[in-house]
Amino acid sequence: MSFKKIGAIVAAAALALSLSACGGGSSTNLQALKIGIKFDQPGLGLNEGGKFTGFDVDVATYIAGKLGTTAEKITFIQAPSAQRETLIDTGQVDLVVATYSITDARKEKVSFAGPYFIAGQDLLIRADDTSITGPDALAGKTLCSVTGSTSAQKVKEKYPDVQLREFGTYSECVGALLAKGVDALTTDDTILAGYAAQAANVGKLKVVGQPFSTENYGVGLKKGNLELCNKVTDAIKAMISDGSWQKFVDANLGPAGYKPGEGNPPTPAACS
Amino acid sequence: MGEILARYDFVGAFWLTIQLSFWSALGALMIGTVLAVLRVSPVPVLRLLGTAYVNLIRNTPLTLLMVSSILGLSLILGLRLSNDVKTDAFLWAIVMLSVYHAAFVCEALRSGVNTIPAGQAEAARAIGLTFNQSLTEVLLPQAFRGSIAPLGSTLIALIKNSTVASVIGVSEAAGLMATIVENETGGVPVFFVFALGFVVLTLPLGVLFTSLSRRLAVKR
Repeated sequence: MSFKKIGAIVAAAALALSLSACGGGSSTNLQALKIGIKFDQPGLGLNEGGKFTGFDVDVATYIAGKLGTTAEKITFIQAPSAQRETLIDTGQVDLVVATYSITDARKEKVSFAGPYFIAGQDLLIRADDTSITGPDALAGKTLCSVTGSTSAQKVKEKYPDVQLREFGTYSECVGALLAKGVDALTTDDTILAGYAAQAANVGKLKVVGQPFSTENYGVGLKKGNLELCNKVTDAIKAMISDGSWQKFVDANLGPAGYKPGEGNPPTPAACS
Repeated sequence: MGEILARYDFVGAFWLTIQLSFWSALGALMIGTVLAVLRVSPVPVLRLLGTAYVNLIRNTPLTLLMVSSILGLSLILGLRLSNDVKTDAFLWAIVMLSVYHAAFVCEALRSGVNTIPAGQAEAARAIGLTFNQSLTEVLLPQAFRGSIAPLGSTLIALIKNSTVASVIGVSEAAGLMATIVENETGGVPVFFVFALGFVVLTLPLGVLFTSLSRRLAVKR
């Protein structure tokens, strides 16, 4: 193949890339929202053979309803943690409702509406374990979390003498916990409650209930889209004031005996 | 991008990748050689054993092997390789990478053995060499020299596959990438820098093995 031909192919590829990068610029279709959620988080965002369940899904459906999209018109798209900013930036999703903590680093890439929930890092232990009463009773215990997650980093930093096992997903940690390979699983209390509320785990696991961090869950959207942000914020306010918020919490995380921590329900911040 | 990398131990993570790859390559070469010997041995039971190992391990996803080593062997059966959780994961990662790639090393070597004309093995036996002697003096040396290129490909695959170790918490390059993406948000530059790191590791190896395979080829 001649260099000219190769050059032409490279140029065509570059053009295609730049075109796809611009593709996200079109305005949001409020009648058919594309929403990024987690597909593998019981109690929050779970894909059960095409049926979506969880707190985040209920919140997303409510917000979409207020914005003008009926439940059956919503397209749910999987938004793994590492891809959330890219999905929003390229316009593949309009909103992300996926245990998305508002942080300064993320605010540089995307805008947030909310918070709609305040979670905190907590511990999940076996129901018959009485030795772990909170983060201060962890000496000599083995903890489990996900490689690279904020929770794992926080444990390493705050409790350096605790042994930390890391896996790729929380489900593997739950397996290790049930098999008594680790003593506790640590991450946001909402995620923990979701696992404790799973039918297979009810009665076997419990959340300690001593959160030692604050995570503000927000709805991620395209940076600088104030109009959409304000609409979503109003929807969150309405959801909290008309009792739907409490209903969603009870329905999805209630079976674990989970009560939302201090500061809940939160007051959404103004969009900027 | 530069200041992000300055805040994280980029070099340390890749150093762990190199350590992981080095020990696993050594382990894979040893197990793989034994397997290759089994597969060309005149004893049917040993051949069956070698074939069964290769077919079982080669067709199992590495992630599955990795996770089952910790969840199944270390936690449930209590086969701890170290009391320290980090070292335990590191050692299990080496074991599983070795076990997995041994199957590919075995097949590379076996293809090397197959390049040797059957007459040589017959000649070796005819002059009175035992199976062991003909193997170590005639067959294996030529097999290694004939399979340098596929062995090189297996090594490169092993280095890239070492990222799978992050699923059991070995904080090598892919583990660090997960951390950076979590803290600084994901972006193409982050992935690009880590991809570049692997290219720097593997590209010279590819060149080296190509030249070795040319220089060491058995002239027949």
